[in-house]
Amino acid sequence: MKWEVVIGLEVHVQLATKTKMFSNASTAYGAKPNTQACAIDLGLPGVLPILNKEAVKMAIKFGLAIDAKLTHRSIFERKNYFYPDLPKGYQISQFKTPIVGSGQLNIELEDGSEKIIGITRAHLEEDAGKSLHDYFQGQTGIDLNRAGIPLLEIVSEPDIRSAKEAVAYMKKIYSLVCYLEICDGNMQEGSFRCDTNVSIRSIGEINLGARVELKNINSFRNVERAINVEVKRQIEIIERDGKVFQETRLYDDHKNITLVMRKKEETQDYRYFPDPDLLPLVLEKEMIEQVRMTLPELPDARRNRFITDMNLSFYDASALTSYHQLADYYEVVLIKTDGQNPKLCANWVCDELLGTLNKFNLDITTSPVTAEQLGGILVRIIDNTISGKIAKQIFESLWKKEANNADDIIKSNNLKQITDSTIIEEMIDKVISNNTRQLKQYLGGKKQLFGFFVGQVMKVSKGKANPVEVNNLLKEKLIISIE
Amino acid sequence: MNLDSKDIEKIAHLARLTIDKANIPTYIKNLNNILNLVEKINANDTRDIMPMSHPIDTNQRLREDEISEIDQRENFQTIAPQTKNGVYLVPQVIKLNTP
Repeated sequence: MKWEVVIGLEVHVQLATKTKMFSNASTAYGAKPNTQACAIDLGLPGVLPILNKEAVKMAIKFGLAIDAKLTHRSIFERKNYFYPDLPKGYQISQFKTPIVGSGQLNIELEDGSEKIIGITRAHLEEDAGKSLHDYFQGQTGIDLNRAGIPLLEIVSEPDIRSAKEAVAYMKKIYSLVCYLEICDGNMQEGSFRCDTNVSIRSIGEINLGARVELKNINSFRNVERAINVEVKRQIEIIERDGKVFQETRLYDDHKNITLVMRKKEETQDYRYFPDPDLLPLVLEKEMIEQVRMTLPELPDARRNRFITDMNLSFYDASALTSYHQLADYYEVVLIKTDGQNPKLCANWVCDELLGTLNKFNLDITTSPVTAEQLGGILVRIIDNTISGKIAKQIFESLWKKEANNADDIIKSNNLKQITDSTIIEEMIDKVISNNTRQLKQYLGGKKQLFGFFVGQVMKVSKGKANPVEVNNLLKEKLIISIE
Repeated sequence: MNLDSKDIEKIAHLARLTIDKANIPTYIKNLNNILNLVEKINANDTRDIMPMSHPIDTNQRLREDEISEIDQRENFQTIAPQTKNGVYLVPQVIKLNTP
């Protein structure tokens, strides 16, 4: 029997507001425990939550970006359950009337094809606190700094059919919320989390199989691994004539297995009801239009512009636009080169720069070489002042902060490329006369020795001779030698 | 609507209330009375009436995103039964995220 995998994702995006959803306490990460939990976050008697305007604007911004229906009048509801990191005994969320209604998102798959994934809804809710299980003998510690931090929960339709599609969707949402600057994108700090609903059914079946929810997976890699291992588990059960239960499971990334966390029979009865502390949220046209004005160029549009205007490949354009900071960096480099040779600039940003950043575990926002500096190097490649090889040396010097810009290094180290043909010819003559044995072999038909001669000339010039010029002149000289 | 003793026990559990089993018949009677009243209200035709989510007929006021709360941890923790190094301590909760 052939199986079809059905996946839906719930992505929790921590909104990048300065204060909490309903209080004026700070949301900054890393503060000492409970120093950013105020009376409202603690749910002390007599307090009144007041909604953060910025959180509402950020939700609208996301809704506009996915072309969703915005809910004119939405209501906040209480989701009731008891857990120590939820001091009020309920979470303020939205149930019947999410602020963002249905929309859709285009994802690109590895084979280059595209697929539309439906988005059911996105709603505002507050985060819970944090339980610390491992530090207190026989007790659990509670830090409520995170309690009340605004979240946007984005729920997809069950349109996703493989672990790879799930990762592509998650990356797309990630890229989008970072472009929109509604999330800081810090996955280690939990700013972007994901619950995954996985079920399988035989191909052709219309009804959905029992759905297993995988909780709180915090990396793209683990989403893929968790889904694959869960799908395998479900298929094995069904092929043994067993039954998959609807339940919540946790992914253990050390053992690469999923473990049951909560059975359906124990599923909470949340008893949602409108929160009497909060009035209905009405989105005025004026506010929506105000937010629309702040929409940046979105990832797909920017990628397409890079392809059309700069003649980049789909692959390069996608890589450069996957993060807005990277695309910004690239565009500054291009300004520096006056828009010349966008392909060379793309190669340098994607290969040399990103490669070196990866090696040192840095990212584009913490790059020691600024876009202006890299642009400064590339300008000198384009105008033939230096070769690509020298450019790499200059890049290294700038990386180590040995100088401020490429031109200073070129000047102080006398790295200007030698293009004067008389000087290069002199070098070639010297190389040929010092290597008579190789010359004989070359003339005897061992043509691959051409590269050896090029290398020797470059060595004599300390890498400064223009390689194209060396090639041309060397060819001429060697032909003369034959004659 | 007719609640039975099982419903009462479930509701009490959800609300984390300890109840005396002897009182269950009284709870059944009282709660059924309330639910019967709700059913009478339900009998009215409300098709063209927008559900009321709040008794005050106005919209939610929004707040500027500016930090104004200061750290009052020490004050708040004076009423907590147990704290250590700034965290609130509670009876051990089952570890959910470790194998």
